Amino acid sequence: MIKKLLIANRGEIALRILRACKDLGIKTVAVHSEVDRDLMHVRLADETVCIGPADSRASYLLPSAIISAAEITNADAIHPGFGFLSENADFAEQVTKSDFIFVGPRAETIKLMGDKILAKKAMADVGITGIPGSKGKITNDIKESKKIAKQVGYPILIKAAHGGGGRGMRNVDKEEDLEEAISMTKNEALLAFGNDTVFMEKFLQKPRHIEFQVLCDNFGNAICLGERDCSMQRKHQKVIEEAPAPGLTSEIRKKMSELVVSACKEINYIGAGTFEFLYQDGEFYFIEMNTRIQVEHPVTEMITGIDIVRQQLLIASGEKVGYKQNEIEVRGHAIECRINAENSETFIPCPGTIDQFHAPGGPGVRMDTHIYNGYKVPPNYDSMIGKLISYGNNRDAAIRRMSNALNEIVIDGIDTNIDLQKKLILDTEFQKGGFSINYLENKFKRENGSE
Amino acid sequence: MDIRKVKKLMEMLEESSLSELEIIEGEESIRLSKANNVFSQNEVNQFPVVNNPINSGLTNLQTNPSVNETIAAPSEITGHEIKSPMVGTFYEAPSPEAKPFVRVGDSVKAGDTLCIIEAMKMLNQIESDKSGIVKAILLENAQPVEFNQVMFIVE
Repeated sequence: MIKKLLIANRGEIALRILRACKDLGIKTVAVHSEVDRDLMHVRLADETVCIGPADSRASYLLPSAIISAAEITNADAIHPGFGFLSENADFAEQVTKSDFIFVGPRAETIKLMGDKILAKKAMADVGITGIPGSKGKITNDIKESKKIAKQVGYPILIKAAHGGGGRGMRNVDKEEDLEEAISMTKNEALLAFGNDTVFMEKFLQKPRHIEFQVLCDNFGNAICLGERDCSMQRKHQKVIEEAPAPGLTSEIRKKMSELVVSACKEINYIGAGTFEFLYQDGEFYFIEMNTRIQVEHPVTEMITGIDIVRQQLLIASGEKVGYKQNEIEVRGHAIECRINAENSETFIPCPGTIDQFHAPGGPGVRMDTHIYNGYKVPPNYDSMIGKLISYGNNRDAAIRRMSNALNEIVIDGIDTNIDLQKKLILDTEFQKGGFSINYLENKFKRENGSE
Repeated sequence: MDIRKVKKLMEMLEESSLSELEIIEGEESIRLSKANNVFSQNEVNQFPVVNNPINSGLTNLQTNPSVNETIAAPSEITGHEIKSPMVGTFYEAPSPEAKPFVRVGDSVKAGDTLCIIEAMKMLNQIESDKSGIVKAILLENAQPVEFNQVMFIVE
């Protein structure tokens, strides 16, 4: 069993990991930047190490700072959380080469899934089809690209092979725009990801975002914990997530479960992971695999009763996955609203001091957050300050609980998106369920009267 | 108990007007009392030293701030603080057998190497960004160091 774990992250997920460690009796090392000394998990950790200045590039994104901190504290393992270095294959490799356990899959798996072209190919090989598109990267031959685009059929999407998470994409409606779109996407990809390899896919008009959670151990066991629907998005960032996906039958769930589980075994996946799909007209199209714990993991925890972060730690300690597939039961419905320190209307980030915080609670209400009265939200990191999760026997019950919880929660001193979340929970399309990933942006466009 | 810590305590006791000093740190404790004779190097070995390793220096910094303060420079020492630019292990000399780069009282120029910080098996030479006299060295050899932790005071 891991004895001491270094949490290579901050904010809400760092606290989540710390809680799982305490649950298992694992000692904790909290690394933090200079502006993060007062993070809740830093205050609760057994040991703390300041690893750098506020700028993530010199702290949370600096492998040497993190590994060095593990060395001087004699940690056994490093949990990368999500974002930051969690999907950096080089970091994972450096961690294991330095004799620490990396809580996550092997570096080669991270590398494979980090290249969206290779990932798509690997998945196709095990029967998981992607969106129709180019067979690999787009070359500099524009005539060839035009031919492929014509075959695929406009509108198409140019995607960066090393992008992901909704970044590095550009859609093209007609052939005249193709050449410029390819060149612009390549330039942006080079700047953002250090690699300008791009590929092409058909642009799906009204898909839903449905993803499947897996847990795999080092002994060849893999299970699927069901799916999540994350279609409520703004600029490719998830706003509300829920589990299970409304309208998905148990037959479809079983079929997809078997598919992703067998894929995990094929690629020797270890740890927690998520297969992301776009679902349209009854078809699932693979887009990417996330080789880490995800923000929205709590909704799956609520409907299965399984502590996913705890399982990550056990698996990393060399234990088997704690459940057999036939023991996994999906019960009830869970919804998560991301709480961001941003203005509900303008979406401008709003760092500052929280002078009043009251967390809602009661049956079926879970608040995952690191904030507290007097906590100063720094301007240097992303604006997510917490997640509000509701659970009920069915979707309506979960919606009602979420609505009540959003009315009860108090976060004063900074702007938050709570007002927006309140509106969305009551939105008729949301209440019906089954809306596409374009729904929210189109809703904003209609409300603002713009085109 | 770290012999260097004991030495430092002895030096501080010697310089102060106290006649006795007792420190309890977890399960270990040490008591020093002043003799009238001149204190010599040999006396170090005569003090009963419990050989249980203390957890890494950092936990002491966090959980036992008072110990840290007695080791740290008295607040009257002013000057330019030289802070660690990285996380790692502080070494006062280029190698275990060598002489320390600097000692308290030495004169240094900007650019002179003051210490080594080891991070991920790489030794990084840390240079002074100021010229002056080394007024205080706030770390012990092989002590873990955080980002921006004060290591030297130079004036």
